[in-house]
Amino acid sequence: MKRFLYAIFALSVILAASCRGDVEMILSEDISVSNPETIKGYKGFYLLNEGNMGSNKATLDYYNFATGIYKRNIYAEVNPSVPKELGDVGNDIGIYGDKLYAVINCSNKIEVMDAETTRRIGQIEIPNCRFIKFHEGYAYITSYAGPVIIDPHYEQIGFVAKINTSTLQEVARCLVGFQPDELEIAGGKIYVVNSGGYMGAGGTSGYERTVSVIDIESFREERRIDVAYNLERIKADSRGDLWISSRGDYEGLPASLFFLDREKGEITDTIPIAATNYWIDDDLLYVYGTEWSNIDNDWNISYRVVDTRTHEITARKIIADGTDKEIEKPYGIMVHPETKDVFITDAGNYVTPGAVYCFDKNGKKKWSVRAGNIPGHFALLPIYE
Amino acid sequence: MKKVSIRIFVAAAFVAVANAVFAQSAGDTTKTLNLADVVVYGTHLQREVIPVQSLSGEELKKLSAFSVADAIRYFSGVQIKDYGGIGGLKTVNIRSMGTNHVGVFYDGIQLGNAQNGQIDLGKFSLDNIEEVSVYNGQKSTIFQPARDFASSASVYMRSRTPRFVENKPTNLKAVFKTGSFDLMNPSLLYEHQFNDKLSVSFNAEYVRSSGRYKFRYKRVFPATHEVMYDTTALRENGDIESVRFEGGLYGRIPKGQWKWKSYFYNSERGIPGAIVNNRWTNPQRQWDRSFFTQGMFQKSITSKYDILVNAKYANDYMRYLNPDTTLMLIDNTFRQQESYLSIANRYSLARNWDTSLSADLQYSSLTSDMDGFLFPNRLTTLVSAATAAEVGKVKMQASLLATLVRDRIHSGNAAANDSVRTAPDKKEFTPAFFLSYNPFADHNFNLRAFYKYIFRMPTFNDLYYTDIGNANLKPEFTQQYNVGVQYNNQWDNEIVKEWQFQADVYYNEVSNKIIAVPKGSGQYRWLMMNLGYVEIRGIDISSWAVVEACDNLFLNLKLSYTYQKAQDFTKRKSEVLQESTYGGQIAYIPWHNGSLIAGLTYNSWQFNYSFIYVGERYHSSANIREEYEQPWYTNDMAIMKNFRLGKAKLRASAEVNNVFNQDYEVVLNYPMPRRNYKFSITVEL
Repeated sequence: MKRFLYAIFALSVILAASCRGDVEMILSEDISVSNPETIKGYKGFYLLNEGNMGSNKATLDYYNFATGIYKRNIYAEVNPSVPKELGDVGNDIGIYGDKLYAVINCSNKIEVMDAETTRRIGQIEIPNCRFIKFHEGYAYITSYAGPVIIDPHYEQIGFVAKINTSTLQEVARCLVGFQPDELEIAGGKIYVVNSGGYMGAGGTSGYERTVSVIDIESFREERRIDVAYNLERIKADSRGDLWISSRGDYEGLPASLFFLDREKGEITDTIPIAATNYWIDDDLLYVYGTEWSNIDNDWNISYRVVDTRTHEITARKIIADGTDKEIEKPYGIMVHPETKDVFITDAGNYVTPGAVYCFDKNGKKKWSVRAGNIPGHFALLPIYE
Repeated sequence: MKKVSIRIFVAAAFVAVANAVFAQSAGDTTKTLNLADVVVYGTHLQREVIPVQSLSGEELKKLSAFSVADAIRYFSGVQIKDYGGIGGLKTVNIRSMGTNHVGVFYDGIQLGNAQNGQIDLGKFSLDNIEEVSVYNGQKSTIFQPARDFASSASVYMRSRTPRFVENKPTNLKAVFKTGSFDLMNPSLLYEHQFNDKLSVSFNAEYVRSSGRYKFRYKRVFPATHEVMYDTTALRENGDIESVRFEGGLYGRIPKGQWKWKSYFYNSERGIPGAIVNNRWTNPQRQWDRSFFTQGMFQKSITSKYDILVNAKYANDYMRYLNPDTTLMLIDNTFRQQESYLSIANRYSLARNWDTSLSADLQYSSLTSDMDGFLFPNRLTTLVSAATAAEVGKVKMQASLLATLVRDRIHSGNAAANDSVRTAPDKKEFTPAFFLSYNPFADHNFNLRAFYKYIFRMPTFNDLYYTDIGNANLKPEFTQQYNVGVQYNNQWDNEIVKEWQFQADVYYNEVSNKIIAVPKGSGQYRWLMMNLGYVEIRGIDISSWAVVEACDNLFLNLKLSYTYQKAQDFTKRKSEVLQESTYGGQIAYIPWHNGSLIAGLTYNSWQFNYSFIYVGERYHSSANIREEYEQPWYTNDMAIMKNFRLGKAKLRASAEVNNVFNQDYEVVLNYPMPRRNYKFSITVEL
């Protein structure tokens, strides 16, 4: 009888351990990755992890420059009452004033948070939202999901939404090209790269190849500038000239980097390098490229620094210590404007967690840490005087 | 029960005959369906070396199972990926080698999906299914088409074969099911026997369901269990409407049999999609139309030589629509055709030594109106040579399969300047060995072992899908080692009438595993590559017993348990990433899972209780808390009553599924139904 009772007890212990309870929220984790440093200009940065499509695993991490502590997955615990947390596929992030904006593509929203605490302030509903930039009290957001036209084929044009950052209300929309991606603001104009990414499967000519120029004052599209097929990114250098990348067509047409002279309003130079993603700091453009090689049956990954004055590829190495061989799929890049440390994310295989690397200005690895799934987008948190 | 002489016309594919050994239950009509009543041609060598796991007849009817997928969950070593609801996709994964390694056979001939290699078992209702079986390795008989040697594991579905009692040449059966999710499910079966040599069967089924059910997401703080959020919503766009028609002719000839059967299925369904923040419904739709016609002919030419011919033509249409204006408009149709011919020969060299030679030809093609789509077609030639021998207490089987694959593509909708590449021809030779040892003459105790080396071809999607496909892909190989034991005993005058136990220990390797890897920037571009390597170590245990608790009260018990360690040993480039996935349990494979079925039969009353447990698991091979998924388990109950009304036999049943109202997900962000009900009435004339 006693043995029987023991058996029952053992069984119930096993059963209790293997039972389903309430699902617990995943709280943040602190990982000390570096020694404390005296901070210059910025307190830290936010890193938005995209999360694979449909997984609802967009998460937010924060690195504190002063303490050297990397805090993983901070959104849920600060905002416990938001059902299904931050959302599905984070695509861009930005800080403007005291607010942090996270563009969550497949959740069709921009999550607006307090920039210091990440406490939720509200959300802006924009379907299929892509990238965000700010200018004089307004946020400008690109979206793929404009009006549908059937003439004679189904077409859906993209738009830029203008959001009042104090009320978080959308005040105007300006139609642009098909599937607009990144945007940049320079000299009173908004420059939007149109990708046509939904339309190129049948052949390269289906892609868009223009930049839309919107006059900020009238919020009207003024003109289109022809660049190349399937544009993705646009970033202004210190003179307000624009650096534009094309994804290529994934087949014969390679990815490239283009220089748009703002005064002339046309492309005046092409840098024949794969520019998958880049960051401009001072006069330097830090770029990495991933190119598929049918010869090696693998990706060729390159890291380069381009001088935005001379348009030359400099001898500077972003990674000089061989760590580049460890990065499976570089996905995000950011340069600290003061320390010149370079931060690169590795998205790995997309379905499991990626990593963030920090390199000093000599290209030596300072630290690396596991991030969320598909880490990709940085926002520096400035120290306001 | 009145003993009736039962003739069975062509127990499905030849092999299914042997399966009927397992069609086991107490005190019902199927009891008469055992090997003794079935015409078996050839020798005992044709029996399987390694027995099968199967559910059939009354057992199947009693389970709270709607589709074949629901029934398969009760087998050990099997994982079902279920996206929820009646219309939700349900695929099977056996011993963690992956869905694409499972061959699914309907009435003896494999169902094809050249596009993605996965069969949605949710589309096969149990209405007309008499038996569902799962084999590891392969069905260990040698007299079968070469295709049957070509998968790592197989699921066989056998539809009802007409059988008639004396002086009653016509059977009529009508079933009506209704219940939760606004289910309407009538079906009709008509069987007629023209004479000893020829009978016919027709079956029609209609399914309609709104697929609506409540689901709940609740999160709590870890330590305090204080509620963070608790939201209940309605699952939308999970509706389905489908019709199925099946017809068959069944014939007997001297020393042989033939069968010809046609199948038509047409459906429209919503794809309810993943539930993510700020998006709780999805508008995607899918239309499927499947047709196939297949024939089988088997004859003993001499006492030593048998021939088996199988042929099939299948035509499938699928349309996928994504009308979501926030996303890319997708409205694509895919058409797939398959022709198949197989000739199997068995020759008996001696009383205890058989050989077989089978040759199959299969041609499949795929077209679509999708932009940039390449139109592939594939000719697969399979030749198998096998032998089976019995030496004393040992039974042995060995088979060698030669597979030749030749792909061709038309440029389809791709632009002329696009590089169009055909995958190189493949030629593979793969063996399998099976061994069984019966040490005691007076006990049904046996030891068994098998080894199998086989592969799956990359699917058309893997090779040619617009932008994603990679024509350089190599086949994905599996290597299986298995040892096991089985014990079976029967007692006539004891409380326990019959008891069976089986256990297997196995080790599998999956190499050149085809996985999607990201291409370029952004999440919209992927590429298929042979990158993965997985090792699987597992134990499958199953047991059943029949107990006569008191007069006329029978208890049937069936238990299964699986332990699996399925580790991802794919090398990563950095320490950080290696730490998070290397050696990790692969996505959605629990370490522990099991099931219990308990059926009580008392005269015309039946009660059935079934329990399924799936232990903790992770969404990916990163076994970290962010990817963790809790165990889930469901308790289902059903009660049935058989009665007569004049000449008609009636059967009424009521089911409660997920009795304890558990909120769970099998696949992340696809909530499963909570407590639900089903009622059915069957009339047989």
